[in-house]
Amino acid sequence: MENIIDLTVHELIEKLEKKEIKVTDITKAYIDRINEKENDVQAFVTTTCEEAMKKSEEIQKKIDKGEKLGNFAGIPIGIKDNMCTKGVRTTCSSKMLENFISPYDATVVEKLNNEEIISLGKLNMDEFAMGASTEYSYFKKTRNPWNLNTVPGGSSGGSASAVAAKLVPWALGSDTGGSIRQPASFCGVVGLKPTYGLVSRYGLVAFASSLDQIGPITKNVQDSAILLNIIAGHDERDTTCENRQKEDYTKALINDVKGMKIGVPKEYFGEGINPEVKQKLEQAIEKYKELGAEIEEFSLDIAEYALAAYYIIACAEASSNLGRFDGIRYGYRTNKFNSLKDIYRNSRSEGFGDEVKRRIILGTYVLSSGYYDAYYKKAQQVRTLVRKEFDKAFEKYDVLLTPTSPTVAFEIGTRSDNPLEMYLADICTVSVNIGGLPGISVPCGVDSNGMPIGMQLIGNRFCENKIIRVAYTYEQNTDFREKYKPEFKK
Amino acid sequence: MNKTPILEKNINQNSKNRKYERIGNKMQDYEIVMGLEIHAELSTKTKIFCSCPTEFGGEPNSHTCPICMAMPGTLPVLNEKVVEYAVKAGLATNCEISRDSKNDRKNYFYPDLPKAYQISQFDKPLCENGYVEIEDDNGNPKKIRLTRIHIEEDAGKLNHNEFGGGSLVDLNRAGVPLIEIVSEPDIRSSGEAERYLRKIKSILEYIEVSDCKMQEGSLRADVNVSVRKKGATEYGTRTEMKNMNSFKSIVRAIEYEANRQIDVIEDGGKIEQETLRWDDVSGKTFSMRDKEDAQDYRYFPDPDLVAIRLNEEYIQKIKNDLPELPESRKARYIEQYGLSEKDARLITSSKYLSDLFDKTQEICKNPKITANWILSDISKILNEKELEPDKIPFTAEQLAKMIILIENGTISSSIGKKVIVELFEKPEDPEEIVKKNGWIQISDENAIKAVVQKVLENNPQSVTDYKAGKDKALGYLVGQAMKETKGKANPQMLNKLFVEELKK
Repeated sequence: MENIIDLTVHELIEKLEKKEIKVTDITKAYIDRINEKENDVQAFVTTTCEEAMKKSEEIQKKIDKGEKLGNFAGIPIGIKDNMCTKGVRTTCSSKMLENFISPYDATVVEKLNNEEIISLGKLNMDEFAMGASTEYSYFKKTRNPWNLNTVPGGSSGGSASAVAAKLVPWALGSDTGGSIRQPASFCGVVGLKPTYGLVSRYGLVAFASSLDQIGPITKNVQDSAILLNIIAGHDERDTTCENRQKEDYTKALINDVKGMKIGVPKEYFGEGINPEVKQKLEQAIEKYKELGAEIEEFSLDIAEYALAAYYIIACAEASSNLGRFDGIRYGYRTNKFNSLKDIYRNSRSEGFGDEVKRRIILGTYVLSSGYYDAYYKKAQQVRTLVRKEFDKAFEKYDVLLTPTSPTVAFEIGTRSDNPLEMYLADICTVSVNIGGLPGISVPCGVDSNGMPIGMQLIGNRFCENKIIRVAYTYEQNTDFREKYKPEFKK
Repeated sequence: MNKTPILEKNINQNSKNRKYERIGNKMQDYEIVMGLEIHAELSTKTKIFCSCPTEFGGEPNSHTCPICMAMPGTLPVLNEKVVEYAVKAGLATNCEISRDSKNDRKNYFYPDLPKAYQISQFDKPLCENGYVEIEDDNGNPKKIRLTRIHIEEDAGKLNHNEFGGGSLVDLNRAGVPLIEIVSEPDIRSSGEAERYLRKIKSILEYIEVSDCKMQEGSLRADVNVSVRKKGATEYGTRTEMKNMNSFKSIVRAIEYEANRQIDVIEDGGKIEQETLRWDDVSGKTFSMRDKEDAQDYRYFPDPDLVAIRLNEEYIQKIKNDLPELPESRKARYIEQYGLSEKDARLITSSKYLSDLFDKTQEICKNPKITANWILSDISKILNEKELEPDKIPFTAEQLAKMIILIENGTISSSIGKKVIVELFEKPEDPEEIVKKNGWIQISDENAIKAVVQKVLENNPQSVTDYKAGKDKALGYLVGQAMKETKGKANPQMLNKLFVEELKK
C-alpha cells in the first residue's frame, strides 16, 4: 500500500469509504511525519497533535459503531495562524499575540469543525501576514522543503511548506496580495485565492480588509476544489461575503480545455522575470495549445500601477486594522509605562516587528489629511481602472495566464533587509487582489536547481470553476507530482 | 480668628464685580455665534454592529461580545434599524436623505475605543440640509439650519478609581448607536441654544428614536461658541465645549464662555481655537486640548461594511409611517380643543406632556381643564423639583380620575391640588388618596349651612363690609369656610349659601 501521507485528500476519502484505512491511521501517519520533519521545516507555530489524536479516536469509534458521518470526518488539516480558533492560541506569528486565545472560532474554522475535520495545529506566517517569505515571523523562519536554505514564500509560508513537506494533507492560507499563491508556487503545491466575497473573513485577523481572502493550499487541484466547497458560502457575520447560490467546484474538474480562450498579458513576462521561469511558462502555454485551448497575447498595461495602489491601500487599511493592538484589552502589554501614552507607544514598539511597523507608518502617512487625496484616493481610482481593464479582458478570455512569481524561492536572509525588493516580488499576484478576482497557482516545472515554478491562472469574479477546470486539465496532462518531490536539501 | 478666608473672599468679590461691570458695558456690542453638535443614543434594542443589548446600566462589560470588544478577526454588521431611525430623524427635521451613503472609520487611540477607530460617517452622511424652527429671544419664529445627521457608534466608559484604584474600561456602551446632529452656526443666544436643544429633544422623542435621557448621557451636546462685534460679517475664532448634558449647564457654560471671550478680546487678546471642558462645580471652562494637538482622524471608508443604498420606496415608507410631530399636534390642540397658542406650544414642547395630555383628556373628556392642570400645578411641581416631564410618576388614568372626581363633585379643586402633590409623592388611585385623607367634598346643604352660620357669626366685620358694598368680603368669608372644612366644602354651594344668608 502507498504511504498515507503521499495520498491526496480525495484518495484518502476513497480509502476511508472502502474501509481500507482508519481515520486514526491517517492522523497517526501525519503526527509521525510532523515528529520526523517539523524540525527541518519549522512550519508550525502551535501543534495540537494530542488533541488531534484524541479527536480521531472518537471519530473512529463512531465509524466503528456504524454511525453515518460526513465525507471529511477525520481528515486532518493545518490552519494558518491568523484564523481564530477557540481554545488554541492565534498568534499571527507576532509577539503582540504570543499568548492570545480567541474566545470564538472563525467561520471557516466552524465549517471545518462541522465536517469533523481535525486540526493538527496553527501554521507559521509573516507577522500579521505582511511579507512574502515568512521570515517576518516573530517565532521562527519556516524552510522550503525543496531546499531548506530557501524561504517557503509568504505570507502563508507555513501552510505551503507543511503541505509540500506532507506534515498536513492540506491547509488553509490567506491571501491579501499573493500570500496563498506565491508560497504555493515556491513550494510546488496548489494554492487558490477565491474571489473577494466568496469566503467569509469573520475570524480572520484582518490585514487589509478589502483584499484579504482565505483559500486552500493543497497537493493538487482536485483537493483545492473540495476544500473550497467546504469553506465557501455566505455568512451573515461578514457583509462583504456575498449571498450567492452555492456551487459545487468539483463539477469543474473537467479534463478538457478545447475551445477555451486563454489570455496572456505580456506585461507579466517582461523585465525582471527569471528566464527559467519564463521558459517553463512558455512550455505550459505550448501544452495548452496542444490541448486545444486558444491562446492569445494581449496588453494589460494598468498592471504596473496595481503594485503601487496595492501597497497604499493595504497599508492604509492595516494601519487602522492594527490599532486595536494597543496593550489595553488583550495581547502584549509593556511593563515600562508611566502614562497611557507610554502603554500605547511601548506596547506597540515592543510588540510589533519592523515590517509591521513599516506598513503601519506607511498607511498612517497615506491617510493623513493633506496626503489622502494624493495617495489613498488616487490608489482607489487606480483600483477602479484595474477592475475595468480586467473586465475588458474577461469579455474576450475565459482565464488569464501569468507566472505566479517572477522568481523561484530565494535564499533565507537575502531579501529580508530590502523591503522594496520584497514588495516587487508581489508584482504578478497583487493585481488579482486589487481586482477582487480568483487566482490559482499550479506547479509547472522546476528550474535548473530543482526549485518549483508556479503558473497563475486568473478568472473573472466568481468564475472559480473556469480556473479550476483549466488548472485541472494542465495537471492531468503533465506529471509534476510524479516527477518531482521535495528533497529537504540542506 | 482666621482672617485669610474673609480677605480672599473680598478679593474675589472685587474682581468679580469689576469684571461684571466691564462686560455689562461691552456685552451689548457683541454677538454670540453658536453651532451645536448633538449626540443622541438611538433606542434600538441591539447595538449598531452586533447583537448585544443597548440597555443602560448592567454589570461592567456584561453587554459585550467579541465584536464590540474588538477581538481580532471580528467584523461589524450594520443594524438596519439604526439606518431607519436616522432616516426618521432626518425626515422629521426637514433633511434631504442620501440615497447613497457609507460608513467611515475615524481613527484615534483611547482606551474606551476598543478598535482604535470609531465607525462613523465622514463625507456621505445619511441626512443633510435640514432645519428646525424655534423662537428667537423676542418670540419670533426662527429657522436653525442643520448641516447633517449621521450615524456612528458610541464609545465605552472609563471608570477611574471606582473599583479599588486604577482606571478600568467598561464596554457596555461601546457600539450603542448614536446619531450626531450638526447645526449651522445659526444660534445667537443661550436662550436660543436651549430652545434649539429642547426642540431637537422633543422631535426625537416624538418620533421615538431616542429616549433622550440627558442624565444617563443618551442626549448630549458639543457647543461651538464664538463672539464677534455686532455688524461684523466674519466669524470669530471658536472654542468647543464637549459633552454637555444638562440644559442648565449648557446655558451657564455658554454665558460664561461668551463673557470670557469678550473679556479676552476687550483686553486686546486673541481667542485660541481649543476644546474646552465645562466644570459645573466651579462654573468655569478648562482647556482640554488646543489646535496644536488637534487630532488627525485619518478618515477613510470602512472596508468591512458595504455602502448604504436607500431607494425611494424605503424612504417613502418611513415618511408615511412618521408619527404626528409637535407642530401638527399643536395645530390640532388649537383647532380641535380650543387651547390658546401658548398653552398648545407649552404642552407639545415635550412629547411626554403631550402624550399625558392626549391620554388624560381622552378619558376625562375635558381638554381645557386637563391643559390647566398640566400647565399649572404639574408644571409648577416639575419646576420646583427640577424634573423633566418624563419623570412624572403618575399615569394619565390617575390624572383623569382626579379631574373626574372634581367634576362629579366628590372633591373640590383645592383638594385636587393636594391630590396632585400626593400623586407626585406616591402615585396611586386618586379615589384612594381622597378616601384615605378624608378629603371627600361636603355637599350636604345642611352641613354647609351650619358652617356658613358659624363663619358669619365669627366675622361680623366682614358681614358689615359686604353689606356696605365691599364684594371682596365674600371671598374672605368663603375662604374662612374652606379653612373651617379643610377645603372639603363644595365651593359653589358655599358661595350660593353665603349670598343667600347675607341677603337676609
